[in-house]
Amino acid sequence: MKLSKRKSALVATAIAAAMLMTACGGSDNSGGGSTASSGGSFSIYIGEPENPIVPGNTTESEGAQVVEALWTGLVKYGDDSSVQYTGVADSIKSDDATTWTVTLKDGWTFHDGTPVTASSFVDAWNYTALSANAQAGSSFFANVEGYDALQGKTDDAGAVVAAPTATEMSGLKVVDDKTFTVTLTAPFAQYPVTVGYAAFFPQPESFFKDPAAAGKKPVGNGPFKADGEFVPGQGFTVSRYDNYAGDAKAKADSVDFKVYTDINTAYTDTQGGNLDVLNNIPPDAITTAKDTFGDRYGETPSSSFTYMGFPTYDPRYADKRVRQAFSLAIDRKAITDAIFSGTRVPANSVIAPVVDGYRDDACKYCKVDVAKANQLLDAAGFDRSKPVDLWFNSGAGHDAWVEAVGNQLRTNLGIEFTLQGNLDFSQYLPLQDTKGMTGPFRLGWSMDYPSPQNYLEPLYSTKALAPAGSNTTFYSNPKFDQLLAQGNQATSNDEAIKLYQQAEDVLLEDMPVLPMFYGLEQTVWSDRVADVKVDIFGHVDVASVTVK
Amino acid sequence: MGRFVVRRLLLTIPVLLGASFLIFAMVYALPGDPIRALAGDRPLAPAVVAQLRAEFNLDDPLPVQYGKYLANLAHGDFGSDFHGRPVLDTVVQRLPVTAKLTLVAVLFETIIGLAAGVLAGIRRNSFFDNVVLVSTTLIISIPILVLGFFAQFLFGLKLGWFPIAGINDGWYSYLLPGLVLASASLAYVARLTRTSIAENMSADYVRTARAKGLPNRTVILRHTLRNSLIPVVTFIGADIGALLGGAIVTEAVFNIPGIGRAVFDAVKGQEGAVVVGIVTLMVFFFVFFNLIVDVLYAVLDPRIRYD
Repeated sequence: MKLSKRKSALVATAIAAAMLMTACGGSDNSGGGSTASSGGSFSIYIGEPENPIVPGNTTESEGAQVVEALWTGLVKYGDDSSVQYTGVADSIKSDDATTWTVTLKDGWTFHDGTPVTASSFVDAWNYTALSANAQAGSSFFANVEGYDALQGKTDDAGAVVAAPTATEMSGLKVVDDKTFTVTLTAPFAQYPVTVGYAAFFPQPESFFKDPAAAGKKPVGNGPFKADGEFVPGQGFTVSRYDNYAGDAKAKADSVDFKVYTDINTAYTDTQGGNLDVLNNIPPDAITTAKDTFGDRYGETPSSSFTYMGFPTYDPRYADKRVRQAFSLAIDRKAITDAIFSGTRVPANSVIAPVVDGYRDDACKYCKVDVAKANQLLDAAGFDRSKPVDLWFNSGAGHDAWVEAVGNQLRTNLGIEFTLQGNLDFSQYLPLQDTKGMTGPFRLGWSMDYPSPQNYLEPLYSTKALAPAGSNTTFYSNPKFDQLLAQGNQATSNDEAIKLYQQAEDVLLEDMPVLPMFYGLEQTVWSDRVADVKVDIFGHVDVASVTVK
Repeated sequence: MGRFVVRRLLLTIPVLLGASFLIFAMVYALPGDPIRALAGDRPLAPAVVAQLRAEFNLDDPLPVQYGKYLANLAHGDFGSDFHGRPVLDTVVQRLPVTAKLTLVAVLFETIIGLAAGVLAGIRRNSFFDNVVLVSTTLIISIPILVLGFFAQFLFGLKLGWFPIAGINDGWYSYLLPGLVLASASLAYVARLTRTSIAENMSADYVRTARAKGLPNRTVILRHTLRNSLIPVVTFIGADIGALLGGAIVTEAVFNIPGIGRAVFDAVKGQEGAVVVGIVTLMVFFFVFFNLIVDVLYAVLDPRIRYD
C-alpha cells in the first residue's frame, strides 16, 4: 500500500492521539487537598506505608501513623509509658500471669456501625497469626497457646512442606460478647502492656470477607474514619468519627495524610505552608529548624535505640573484656555532638529512656575510661595489629558515625579499622543471621510496647537466636534467660521491672553490644495548627491536634 | 505504509519478550534476600517467610520463575508486589500521572527548544544565538536534582508562583516539574535545531527558493525548517520514551506519584514482577514512539518511502 504524504501524517497523528488518550484517560486521583477552614482540617506527612492499611500487617512507623489514627486498641499508653485503660478494654486480669481475662467496655463501634465485640479481637488475632495470611505481625502471637498449629511446617531450606493444621489458636476463647480469655504458653506478667500494639487491634466482620478491600479503605474503631481509598504514593483523607467511644475524641474535622517520597520536599512544603505537620526533618535542616520554626518546633524523646552488636561467635570478640574495653574507649557524647549536632542522646543503658524501668546509670562500661580500656584489652590478649571490621548497611546514613567510632578506637586503643558498609539491607540482614559478621555491626531497635522486656528478650535471649529471632549477636547466658523468665512470671509490675533490671545488669556486664545512642523526634508544624503532641512511639497524636 | 506499521508492531513482540526476560534475569541476579529485608530488625515468623517465598516462587530457578510469570501473564495476571498490591493497580494509578508530566515536558521541549533553535539558527552569531549557546550549555551542565530543588525553592517557596510539590492543583502543578524535567532535553533540541537550520540555510535548494523570490518566511518555515526537523524529531521521539520511564529525580523532588518512583522502589526491593511489568511497558512505549518517529520521517522528507 502506498500512502500519500498527507495520509501518512494522519496515521502518525492517529497513533499518537490514541496513545495520549489511553495514557491520560485513566482515573485522575488528585489526592483531595481541600483545606476548608470551617471546623478545621490539616495535613500531615507520612512516608509511603509498606503494606496495605491492615494493623496486623503493619510493623513499620509510616503505616503505624495511619493505623493509630483509625484504630484504638485494648489499652493506650501515657506519656510515662504506663498502661492506661482508655481503650476498648475495661480490664485485663490474671491470677497466674498465664490465663488472662479481657473484659471490654460497652459502646465501642466500628466505623461501619457494627459493635466491637470479643470476636472482633479474637478473629483478628487468629487471622494475623495464621501463616497462610502472611501477616508481618504474626510473631506477636507466638506466646499464645496453639500458635504453632497456625504455622505451616517448613523444611530446613525454608520451603513450606505442610499447611497449618488449625485456623484458630486454642489459647483464645470467646466467653461472651464482651469477654474473652487468652492462655499463654508461659507466664508473662506484663502481658497487658503488650496488647496496645497495632498487631493486637480489632477488625470488623467486613474485614474477613474482603481483606484486600479493607486494606485499601480500612474500617477501624478509632477517632478518625477513612473517607476514601488509600492511594499509594498520595495518601488519603480521614474525617472525625462522631460515634467514637473513647475519651480522646478528635479535635479536627478531617486530616489529610500526604505521602512524600523525599523529606526535603516535605520540609520545603511545610515552610511554604502547604503541609501542616511534619515529624521527619531532613538531617541537614535539623539545626536550622529551631530558628526557622521557633515555637512551632518540638523535640521529644523517642524509643529508638541505636547500638552495635559484637559477633560473640568470633573468637576475637568472645572475651567479654574485649567488648568492655571497646565500649569504654568510645566517647558517645562527642559523636552525638559532632555528627548529630546533639539531636541524639548518648546511651547509658540498653533500654530507652521513654520506658518505665530505664536507669540512667545502668551501663558502667558506657563512660569513657581509656586507661581501663587499654588495661582490659591487654589482659584479654587482644591482637591490636589486625584492623577491626566495622559493619553497617549502606545508604541509610550510618557512614559518618560508624567512622567516628572507628576513629575513637584508633585514637584510644591504637587499633586500625576497616569500614564494611557496602551491603544494602537485603544482604546485610541475612549476613547477620548466618554469623557472617567479622566485627562490631550496626543495629537498631524501636519498641513495640513500653516494657523493658521488649528491649531484652527479643534481642538477647537464647530463644530469640537468629534467624528465627533478632538475637544476631548470638549472645546466650542462662542466668540472663532465667532472670527474664522470673521477670515474666512476676506477680506485680514493680517486681517484674526489678527482675528485668537485674537481667539488664547481667547483660551490661557481658556487653554483647555497644549501646550508642537514643533518638529524638523533631517535629515542626505550620501556624494553622496547635497542640501537636508526639507519643512515646514517635507518632503524632493526630486526634489531639487543633486547627486555629 | 500500513504493512510497514503492522510489521513493526509485530516485531515488538519478540522485543518485549526478550526485554522482559532480561529484566527478570537482572532482578533475579541482584544479591540479598528481599523477604528478609521486608521485616527489618524484627524478623517475620519463619512460616510467614516460607509462605511468602512460596507465593512469589522465590525458591524456583530462574527459567521456572519466568515461565510461571509468563503463564500468569497469559491469563491477564500481572502479579503483585510483596505487599499484595497488584502490579496492574500500580500502573493504572501511576501511569496517567507520569504521562501528564511527560506531555508537559515534551511540549516545553518542543515549543521553546524549536523556537530558540530556529531563531538562533537563522541569525547565526547574533547576540540571540550567543545567549542560546551560553544558556543551553549552562542548563546541560547543571544536574537535574540541583535544578529541581532550586526551581522549587525560588518559584515555589520564595515567589509562590507555582505549587511547591504534589499534584493537587491539576495541570498547573505539572508546569514547574515539567519545565525542570524538560530543561536538559530542551537545551539539546535548541542546539540540534540551530545546527541543522544553520547548515540548511546555505543549501542549494534554499538558494533556489530565494532566487524564485519566495518570501523569507516561506523559505524558512516551508523549506528550511521541515528539512531540518529530521534529527530533532528523532531526538524527541526517543526522549518521550526516556522521559516516561526516567523521571525518578523530578518525581521525587516535586513529590509526583509517577511510575519512575515505583520502578526505583521495586528495584530496591527486588520485586521482580513489578519491575518487569512496568519496565516492559516502558519498552513498549519506547518502541512505539520510535515507530511514530519513523512514520513522521515520511511526512518530513518526501524522499523517504516505506513500501
